Amino acid sequence: MMKSDGIEDEEKWLAEGIASIQHNAFYMHRALDANNLREVLKYSAQLLSELRTSKLSPHKYYELYMRAFDELRKLEMFFKDESRHGVSVVDLYELVQHAGNILPRLYLLCTVGSVYIKSKEAPAKDILKDLVEMCLGVQHPIRGLFLRSYLAQVSRDKLPDIGSEYEGDTDTVMDAVEFVLQNFTEMNKLWVRLQHQGPGQLKEKLEKERSELRDLVGKNLHVLSQIEGVDLELYKDTVLPRILEQIVNCKDELAQYYLMDCIIQVFPDEYHLQTLETLLGAFPQLQPTVDIKTVLSQLMDRLSNYAASSTDVLPEFLQVEAFAKLSGAIGRVIEAQVDMPIVGAITLYVSLLTFTLRVHPDRLDYVDQVLGACVKKLSGKPKLEDNRAKKQVVALLSAPLEKYNDIVMALTLSNYPRVMDHLDNETNKVMAMVIIQSIMKNNTCISTSDQVEVLFELIKGLVKDLDAMAGDEIICTVKKNILNGGPKRLSFTVPPLIFSALRISQKVVCGLQLIRQLQVQDGDVAGEEVPATPKKIFQILNQTIEALFVVPSPELALRLYLQCAEAANDCDLEPVAYEFFTQAFVLYEEEVADSKAQVTAIHLIIGTLQRMHVFGVENRDTLTHKATGYSAKLLKKADQCRAVYACSHLFWVDDQDGIKDGESLPELPELMEEAVSTVDISIYRVLLCLKRALRIANAAQQMANVTRGSSGPVTLFVEILNKYLYFFEKGNPQITSAAIQGLIELITTEMQSDSSVPNAISDAFFASTMRYIQFQKQKGGLMGEKYDSIKAK
Amino acid sequence: MNYLIGAFKPSCNISITFSDGKTRKQVPLKKENGQTVMVPLFQSQENIAGKISIEPVQGKKVDHNGVKVELLGQIEESSMKFILLTEMYFDRGNFYDFTSLVRELDVPGDIYEKKTYPFEFSTVEMPYETYNGVHVRLRYVLKVTISRGYAGSIIEYQDFMVRNYSPAPSINNSIKMEVGIEDCLHIEFEYNKSKYHLKDVIIGKIYFLLVRIKIKNMDLEIRRRESTGSGANTHVETETLAKFELMDGAPVRGESIPIRLFLSPYELTPTYRNINNKFSVKYFLNLVLVDEEDRRYFKQQEITIYRLQETS
Repeated sequence: MMKSDGIEDEEKWLAEGIASIQHNAFYMHRALDANNLREVLKYSAQLLSELRTSKLSPHKYYELYMRAFDELRKLEMFFKDESRHGVSVVDLYELVQHAGNILPRLYLLCTVGSVYIKSKEAPAKDILKDLVEMCLGVQHPIRGLFLRSYLAQVSRDKLPDIGSEYEGDTDTVMDAVEFVLQNFTEMNKLWVRLQHQGPGQLKEKLEKERSELRDLVGKNLHVLSQIEGVDLELYKDTVLPRILEQIVNCKDELAQYYLMDCIIQVFPDEYHLQTLETLLGAFPQLQPTVDIKTVLSQLMDRLSNYAASSTDVLPEFLQVEAFAKLSGAIGRVIEAQVDMPIVGAITLYVSLLTFTLRVHPDRLDYVDQVLGACVKKLSGKPKLEDNRAKKQVVALLSAPLEKYNDIVMALTLSNYPRVMDHLDNETNKVMAMVIIQSIMKNNTCISTSDQVEVLFELIKGLVKDLDAMAGDEIICTVKKNILNGGPKRLSFTVPPLIFSALRISQKVVCGLQLIRQLQVQDGDVAGEEVPATPKKIFQILNQTIEALFVVPSPELALRLYLQCAEAANDCDLEPVAYEFFTQAFVLYEEEVADSKAQVTAIHLIIGTLQRMHVFGVENRDTLTHKATGYSAKLLKKADQCRAVYACSHLFWVDDQDGIKDGESLPELPELMEEAVSTVDISIYRVLLCLKRALRIANAAQQMANVTRGSSGPVTLFVEILNKYLYFFEKGNPQITSAAIQGLIELITTEMQSDSSVPNAISDAFFASTMRYIQFQKQKGGLMGEKYDSIKAK
Repeated sequence: MNYLIGAFKPSCNISITFSDGKTRKQVPLKKENGQTVMVPLFQSQENIAGKISIEPVQGKKVDHNGVKVELLGQIEESSMKFILLTEMYFDRGNFYDFTSLVRELDVPGDIYEKKTYPFEFSTVEMPYETYNGVHVRLRYVLKVTISRGYAGSIIEYQDFMVRNYSPAPSINNSIKMEVGIEDCLHIEFEYNKSKYHLKDVIIGKIYFLLVRIKIKNMDLEIRRRESTGSGANTHVETETLAKFELMDGAPVRGESIPIRLFLSPYELTPTYRNINNKFSVKYFLNLVLVDEEDRRYFKQQEITIYRLQETS
């Protein structure tokens, strides 16, 4: 609210100011038409008095100033024509100084001064000197800046430059330069002072407003650069030192940054090259917060472009030892600005490198020097964290590759790998990719073994992760470190380790398969020389998981064992997989005590075991038997039931022979299981499991009757029914439609019994199961026929 | 008084002309009634000569006890009481004639027709300049008196102005001074001279040695101090004749602000010191700094103003 009021007020003040200027301008125009000097002076002074306001922001003040400026042009025309007012310009120059208020007085003085110079009744230099001195009277930053800006504006085309009509007798350019420099110095002082105006809480706004005025100051440098007579010598001896003196002395971050940049932009590159030492000498003297790196980068960019513009200029670069000077300056700046973030320093080195690559493409030693300096800066510090810094390092390292398109060159740079060492693995990898892409793109040939050595040193970031042979070593190292982690850490650190190790083992296996294929193709039958590597990895894994015992975290360890077993399965390593399962069972038996955890664990075991294909009959039997046994020993009947019917899957493999043809086998008694073939036994065992599950479910039902007086829900039965249907559909000959029919009737009876309590969930479950049967029946075909014999209500 | 006499319809017209009246420089003179008239300008040691014509009104004669002309140098001081009552007007003040010269023009007799008398005061000593101040006035006047016994004398006045010129002083030091407020503001100012002529220009600078207050602006004032009376009855009247802004905004330490003040636009007189023990007129330069709370800090310095002989 306050703020918006402020803006509104400002608008109001501006409008009032403009209105008053217009009002006075009207009378001034009348006086001009009447050639009445007295009145002209009176109204022009009143008009200019509006510029005395302190209420406007620079932006608004500028608007007001422009209004007054337009009027001053008309006034100047009038002053120029002596026949209109009858007063000599000399007298006029005194006359306007009678004005009591300084600001109108000085605007008028500058206006008459401009006419005075044009009249050539006095040397331009004297008038300019007088004007620039008199303007000292306005110490208010905004008003002073605009006044001096006006002075600069009206004097621009009247400087006693060489070849100008205002050129004097001796040393006349010097006067022009002196004038502009002095005006520049004063304007910069005012500009810097602007930040101390006004209340503190508006600091940010003030800085923004200040920034808007910077071009008023910078304009002076532009004028200097336009003075014909400012040759290299004058620039070197006077102009640059004087500008730099002011820049350094003003001790203001904004001004220093802007003006250094301004120097670089407005003066010719050739001058920069020849005054490098002076220019660079100023940088370490700037305020520590100045963004030197951007400015220096600008300078180097310009010089690089200059060098690229013509080969004729290259000797100049050598002559002035541009590289050494820039390099030295960067060093000093980095040294002086202790607080400069690392990214700043690296950015500087990138610019320097770009410079040397463009200017001295033949000097590889320079490139190495830059990298060396960078290494020096990076050394003793932790690896880079800052993303921008990492990017800059990549840029630094990529630049030579892009320039020479030849990795061999980079291989000769001793500091190249040393810079890479300071990168984190991620960035290192990115860099290695860049290197390899460069090789690929340019079809680089690497001819000596030494170079290959260096190259591999460079791209080790890539090699280490991809090279299977090295994988186990890495894992070993990581394991060694991780296992020292202590109980609290282990449960978090072990799983990732296991999984990365597993990934490696997979890659290894793929690699081996590839090798084998190749060997076959080559006709090389060197035989089963399977390296011990995958086994070794599993060995390590086993040890690693054991480490979890100290935590203790049996559930986690059990999962990891199962995961490993599955991986070993994929690697066709039966003994290993069996070993892991054994471990898992031991854990289950000895460590998993909680009943809920047991349920989860047993289901995990069953699930994993179901997917294993590596096991021979014997091993498989042992394991499934154990799993079934554990299932039946769970605490709750319901859990037992579910685990047991899940076990039924262990005996059923989809692509088993003799299933698809739907051949029916005679029903076998339980005792006869040993006698039949493995496959038959398995098929038979599915039924055994389901029957066992039914018995358990029944027992559960009875227990519920005893404890609660009512039978529990029929959910378990429905679940078993679904299993029946599953195997029935899969074509297990032991699962007959009669059995299903019986089960359906059992469930229906249970649901209708007196003691049953209606349960919405199990009812819905049963109903949808029945709908499914109905659906299958109606579908017809083979499946429909199969279902035909089942009666569903 | 002329006016009063006019009311009586005088029986004759008196005109006073100067012998070099056509060539002599005429300058404006503000009279006590507020009117400005052009009068001839003289300086000390000049001859004041001319003619006085007395022309009786048609068909009348002037019977008199003698005709004389006087050259008077007068100082009029406005009475304090009167000033307090009305704050204006000098009339009925105290008159002091510091110069009084007489020439008898005619012996008693009758004038029937226009009669012209030449007169001359040679190398008249007129040490003081004509001055029109706030409370004091110095005038030179020619007074023609036709003395009559019972009907009252017929009197005519002719003012003229006197200005005296001085050569440029042989010693004219600059005024240089360091002033300030402890730990707040230290400045050093310099005016290039201590004696300025009326068309002179004051050149100088103010150097800021220490600035701890927020200065808003700085003016240079020219002040005139007119003192009348003496001892316990001294009355001082100070006027600010010029207020000239030297600086806008707050300077920082080390800034040097230029001064260039042309005196010609202002109505100054030379410095008058103890004129006939009646009054003095002195001039001062007052340097005033105003801070953002509108507090004024000033330093006043006397300067001497003199009238330099114009070369033209």
